[in-house]
Amino acid sequence: MKKMNMQQLLACDKFEVDDEEHHIVLNKEVCRSCQAKPCIYACPAGLYTLKDGEINFDDAGCLECGTCRLICPQEGALSWHYPRGNFGVVYRYG
Amino acid sequence: MAEDKFTAIIVGAGPAGSTAAYLLAEQGIDVLLIERGETPGCKNMFGGRMYSYALHRIIPEFWEEAPLERQISREVITMLDGEKSTSISCQDENWAKPPYHSFTLLRAEFDAWLAAKAEDAGAILACGIRVDDVIMEDNRIIGIRAGDDEILADVVIAADGANSIITEKAGLRSKLSPADLATGVKEVIELPAKTIEERFNLQPDTGAAHLYAGTCTQGMSGGGFLYTNKSSISLGLVIKAAELQKNQYMLVDLIEDFKNQPSIAPLISGGEVVEYSAHLVPEAGISMAPRLFSDGILVTGDAAGFCINLGYLVRGMDLAIASGEAAAMSVVEAVKKNDFSAASLGIYTDLLVKNGVWSVMEAYRRAPQMLDTERLYTSYPTLLNNLLADMFTIDGSPPINLIDKLRQEVKNSKTSFINLAGDAWKGGRSL
Ligand SMILES: Cc1cc2nc3c(=O)[nH]c(=O)nc-3n(C[C@H](O)[C@H](O)[C@H](O)COP(=O)(O)OP(=O)(O)OC[C@H]3O[C@@H](n4cnc5c(N)ncnc54)[C@H](O)[C@@H]3O)c2cc1C
Ligand code: SF4
Ligand code: SF4
Repeated sequence: MKKMNMQQLLACDKFEVDDEEHHIVLNKEVCRSCQAKPCIYACPAGLYTLKDGEINFDDAGCLECGTCRLICPQEGALSWHYPRGNFGVVYRYG
Repeated sequence: MAEDKFTAIIVGAGPAGSTAAYLLAEQGIDVLLIERGETPGCKNMFGGRMYSYALHRIIPEFWEEAPLERQISREVITMLDGEKSTSISCQDENWAKPPYHSFTLLRAEFDAWLAAKAEDAGAILACGIRVDDVIMEDNRIIGIRAGDDEILADVVIAADGANSIITEKAGLRSKLSPADLATGVKEVIELPAKTIEERFNLQPDTGAAHLYAGTCTQGMSGGGFLYTNKSSISLGLVIKAAELQKNQYMLVDLIEDFKNQPSIAPLISGGEVVEYSAHLVPEAGISMAPRLFSDGILVTGDAAGFCINLGYLVRGMDLAIASGEAAAMSVVEAVKKNDFSAASLGIYTDLLVKNGVWSVMEAYRRAPQMLDTERLYTSYPTLLNNLLADMFTIDGSPPINLIDKLRQEVKNSKTSFINLAGDAWKGGRSL
């Protein structure tokens, strides 16, 4: 089977996008002092990317797994919530 | 019941929460089951197979009505090492006869069905509501907060899964540690039922469960899985979060490479990926359990860490259901006494012992340390595959006997007989 990339995989999923509220917000100031930046590899949706040495993040496409919340070593870097009720990923199989 | 007060509020309509809600409602107790997804199950994923005994105890012969995929009649474990792989396959037709040993299933359908059972029994199901916090008064939990709404209850049951916010808010445990959980990713790959039956050598209703260790995790503690559904394959990886902290591989590349392993690619060839999902798995067993009860609150299922991942066996659904059962029975007793204090709810631990959850957790107490042995994911799969591949390879050179070959392979792999013996001993005791 041809290797799929992140965009292709996420395109299989259904999302109810919340235009008003972000459920995960980054404090980039804190991220700047984070050496390892493990979120880049650990996020299964690949939402943490490096741009000009700085972490770039958008919670659209988030699978709500909680991995980033778990592995982020910096206190106060992430304000992490589940999306508001009804919003976010909608698994049709699971 | 006052307008705005319930006897019990259950946070999370997964198997733990819905089971508890079902049993409480059956006893005529007013219970509110709150789920953040727009339908129960739409936020949930798992590998693919539920052992039947726990739900059968609560809803006898549930397979007559529940949305299930296939009854598993074959277990396969495989050690992967690049081009090589070694498998052990075990088939038992008794597993595919009532009371069926285990079923593959898909959570969106299954969780919705179980929550509907609770609703039919009289529970109030409120979907699309994210519970944000518990309400505390004099150190006891008296209800929950969701946005601006406050709802009161005699007791709250936290059934909100591995990444349990409620347990944290209630002060029953501190922040989770990456050493205690794993991240699972999965793809659902559609294939015609007939193709699946031909490729996996199955009957129309029977299924196979495949578990993998070795190169699929690039040496990280974890493994792969493949389960056959009716007309799809659930395939994925589970990798310890602490390993992901130092990982240099994107999970998406790992799962895509896993799909292309020579022993897997032909099984899924021509299939269409219809979903990609991710979720945490509690792995540290008893050592990560929060306080299981306090004044006005009980913790159940994954939120309590009731999940076992041994690589060749993953159990969480049955333990969620059984612990949901114990939580419900504890509340029934508390209602009789009209006492929802910690002292009264403490019967929960007795009931967990009685219905088997606790002995399962105790039995595997040492497993997490055992499974932390890096050799299991690196040198051992290589060693085993080289040994067997050599044994089967005939190229005209003089044969070496098996013992010499083993000696040679152990030497080549960066391990020793002492490690091997030690790990075998540890493994035997902890698994
Ligand atoms: C990759 C992977 C593979 C697995 N494989 C298997 C397997 O093959 N067999 C097996 O038996 N187990 C397996 N498990 C484990 C199994 O999925 C869990 O043990 C089981 O789902 C736990 O059930 P639960 O009801 O405790 O939690 P969950 O199923 O996680 O349910 C929690 C519910 O609470 C809701 N919720 C969470 N927070 C809130 C909130 N704040 N407000 C409102 N609602 C909320 C969620 O939306 C969800 O519906 C696997 C898990 C993973 C991740
Ligand atoms: S791991 Fe945490 S602190 Fe470090 S870059 Fe990522 S989000 Fe920021
Ligand atoms: S919750 Fe999971 S999917 Fe969402 S950003 Fe964090 S790691 Fe990525």
